[in-house]
Amino acid sequence: MRLITEKGREGRGLSILPPCDVEMVRPEEKDCRKLPLDMPAVSETEISRHYSALARRTHGVNDGFYPLGSCTMKYNPKIDEEAAALPGFAQVHPLQPAETVQGCMEVLYLAEKYLCEITGMSAMTFQPAAGAHGEFTGLLLIKAWHHSRGDEKRTKIIVPDSAHGTNPASAAMAGFTVVNVPSAPDGSVDLDALKAAVGEDTAGLMLTNPNTVGMFDENILEITRIVHETGGLNYYDGANLNAIMGIARPGDMGFDVVHLNLHKTFATPHGGGGPGSGPVGCTEVLAPFLPGARAVQKEDGSYGWTGGEQTIGSVKAFYGNFLVVVKALTYILTLGREGIVEASRNAVLNANYLRVKIKDAYPMAYEGLCMHEFVVSLQQWKDKYGVSALDVAKALLDHGIHPPTMYFPLIVHEALMFEPTETETRETLDEAADVLLDIARLAQTDPGALHACPNTTPIGRPDEVAAARHPVVKG
Amino acid sequence: MGSYVPGTREEQQEMLKAIGLDSFDQLFEKIPKEVRLEKLNLPEGRAELSVAEKMEEIAGKNRVFRHIFRGAGAYNHYIPAIVKSVVTKENFVTAYTPYQAEISQGILQSIFEYQTLICRLTGMDVSNASVYDGATAAAEAAAMCRDRKRTVICVSAAVQPAVLGTIRTYAFGSGAEVVVAPIKDGRTDAAALEGILDGRTACLYVQQPNYYGQLEDCEALAELAHGAGAKFIMGCNPIALGILKTPAECGADIAVGDGQPLGMPLAWGGPYLGFMAARESMMRRLPGRIVGETKDDRGNRAFVLTLQAREQHIRREKASSNICSNQALCALTAAVYLSAMGNEGLKEAAGQCYAKAHYLQAELAKAGLKPKYKRDFFHEFVTESEIHSSILLKWLEEKGILGGLPLSRSDILWCVTEKNTKAEMDELVSAVKEVSRLCD
Repeated sequence: MRLITEKGREGRGLSILPPCDVEMVRPEEKDCRKLPLDMPAVSETEISRHYSALARRTHGVNDGFYPLGSCTMKYNPKIDEEAAALPGFAQVHPLQPAETVQGCMEVLYLAEKYLCEITGMSAMTFQPAAGAHGEFTGLLLIKAWHHSRGDEKRTKIIVPDSAHGTNPASAAMAGFTVVNVPSAPDGSVDLDALKAAVGEDTAGLMLTNPNTVGMFDENILEITRIVHETGGLNYYDGANLNAIMGIARPGDMGFDVVHLNLHKTFATPHGGGGPGSGPVGCTEVLAPFLPGARAVQKEDGSYGWTGGEQTIGSVKAFYGNFLVVVKALTYILTLGREGIVEASRNAVLNANYLRVKIKDAYPMAYEGLCMHEFVVSLQQWKDKYGVSALDVAKALLDHGIHPPTMYFPLIVHEALMFEPTETETRETLDEAADVLLDIARLAQTDPGALHACPNTTPIGRPDEVAAARHPVVKG
Repeated sequence: MGSYVPGTREEQQEMLKAIGLDSFDQLFEKIPKEVRLEKLNLPEGRAELSVAEKMEEIAGKNRVFRHIFRGAGAYNHYIPAIVKSVVTKENFVTAYTPYQAEISQGILQSIFEYQTLICRLTGMDVSNASVYDGATAAAEAAAMCRDRKRTVICVSAAVQPAVLGTIRTYAFGSGAEVVVAPIKDGRTDAAALEGILDGRTACLYVQQPNYYGQLEDCEALAELAHGAGAKFIMGCNPIALGILKTPAECGADIAVGDGQPLGMPLAWGGPYLGFMAARESMMRRLPGRIVGETKDDRGNRAFVLTLQAREQHIRREKASSNICSNQALCALTAAVYLSAMGNEGLKEAAGQCYAKAHYLQAELAKAGLKPKYKRDFFHEFVTESEIHSSILLKWLEEKGILGGLPLSRSDILWCVTEKNTKAEMDELVSAVKEVSRLCD
């Protein structure tokens, strides 16, 4: 398809601004650009059709099943979008006086109160714009806390080898050395390996629970105790919180810092890769180090600001991706105490239902009940039939199903990670299972057919090697 | 309560049975009893109408000003209707990061077009797919310039305070040192810089127009940085680039900025858009997603996420950044905005910002608010006066005007955009005159 810059012709354009109603003075020539702007010269019709065509070539949650593991692609409620678009939220300036933004402050106050209840934390910042940004922020809290105690020797962060790639990357950005610990055969934390890794230089541990293989780590209290006993802190990667909302809380498991992905667990849309929101919650002890200011309710019911003198400083301008927080708050208010629990229960139910339906055909990486997601390993298929996880993913595209997460976690060979979420109907799961079983049969009888997939998508398999070798990154 | 779970109680029981269980509790048996939560202390859920009323009630506690003369990092520009229409398309809103290229060509192409337009706007060679905002873009750019020998980040004191703050926080992480270059007459003090930049300096970060609205002599500052062997990072206002000299023409190695003025509402500070563009030689140090063009197995034009060897999911602790989710929908917004405005529209918006700000500065001077700095400016400027800033601004608030940002008891930072009409500015000026009279 042609680019927007390859459409239109010189002289075309929209009529947006009225003529200037004051004298049109201009900057001096020396300050002006000589480079041509070279923006598109298109009509409004062309823009409208161009982006409608691009939208048709984009698979959204509204298009179909999206069991992308670890990403929690649940339905994004429309009322949340409407709330965020209210002029009272969308048209206020971030530097307005506090008495004119009491509603915005109430949003932060309520979101903090409810999310602290769900996570078992004492305080929360909404400044981080995404999960990885939250990780970075949380790790800086850990660093600042150790430093505040005069303990600057704690330079290492322990990360299981099953962790999301952002965990070690965030630890490195926060100036820590990463200690990777191998997982036990069942995907859980290997306690002996953990005990061997911790020491006086341990700043903390980063963990996802349920972990990235979709299992709840039964030794969680032991794990967090081991780290605490050596003087380290425990960091909870909230990417998988959707499994346990209202059922168990990271705070009660011994975690000191938690980041959430509002764009996963709290139903705000992903926008094709953002904006998300990665609020960070922490214990009372760490609260003075949080970035930015927190909204607090005063005795007269109005809202004011509080901020610690020991703050690590801002991780972003203003108050984070505020409109995303508005959406998440709308979602929490809708679900309420029963709905939050119901969401997690059904996320786990749906995952297990799909797992059981396909488990005879697809080799499970780990046996038994899963939480909100499960991982299959197609290494046997690869060896026997020459069919890879990638082939299965591409075959699903022809059935209007977004593939599961591929080749993650790294500890599982030929991994496919399924996370159906709670907002899918039983029929959708049944249909997806039928498609998957058909693909499993094809893998044995006609692997060539799978190598040729996808056949019905706007493009076939792209040449990624050529793209990286000879980068063309603009038109 | 509200719910988005489709299954009926009966269905849920049947599904439990299908997996060999009788109750939900059995699903969670692995969770130790000690950490099982008895009761979640949240309000009861609400049906949609009730939630809608509640959120309207909360939004109603905010004040939406009819007239806005405040910027300082968040700008009140007109957003064309087509922009709002495109960026609320459900597929764009609800899709994930485009990992599966075959069913994500729309998002991928939109990012590729965004990268193209950012390169044209800044004159730079290569753009990434966005980062969180202008402040994080500046901090990430500074990280791109660091190496073993050069660990000092030099930042002009005339940058948005939140940008400096964010650079400092990121430096607390990486262990870099931040040195602030002083200002003179509202601009970066070039003479003082000569004594600051040395063989340890990784980069110099300057904002154009700067926090006080003043135009910096970026070419001279770039030469100073390069003379010391450091990189020059220029923080740009994207609307100003409609007329002002581009970072490429100024000699910048990296151009960054906040893309909010390109079609994003004020939204109490976010979501906004961090744009980053660099010279080709720095392409592989850029953080985050980059979309590249290639061909599919049938020879069709195709777009994919590329140069992923820089990224966290491949490189883990050795990645150029930890960024995963960025601000894709905001990048789309900026691209649609630039397409809707076109060359003429963008020049007109920038030109009107400039002309109207100069009109207002002159009129306010007549009303007793004197310009604090002498050099030329774009659409923001500082005034000083004997009237206490807070008294003046309170008075304006009562007239429905959000005045400039108070910097001190005497100084106010004003902003004018193409949205502000002459009538509005005249109303502001007469309100200022009223206060002057009352204070006399």
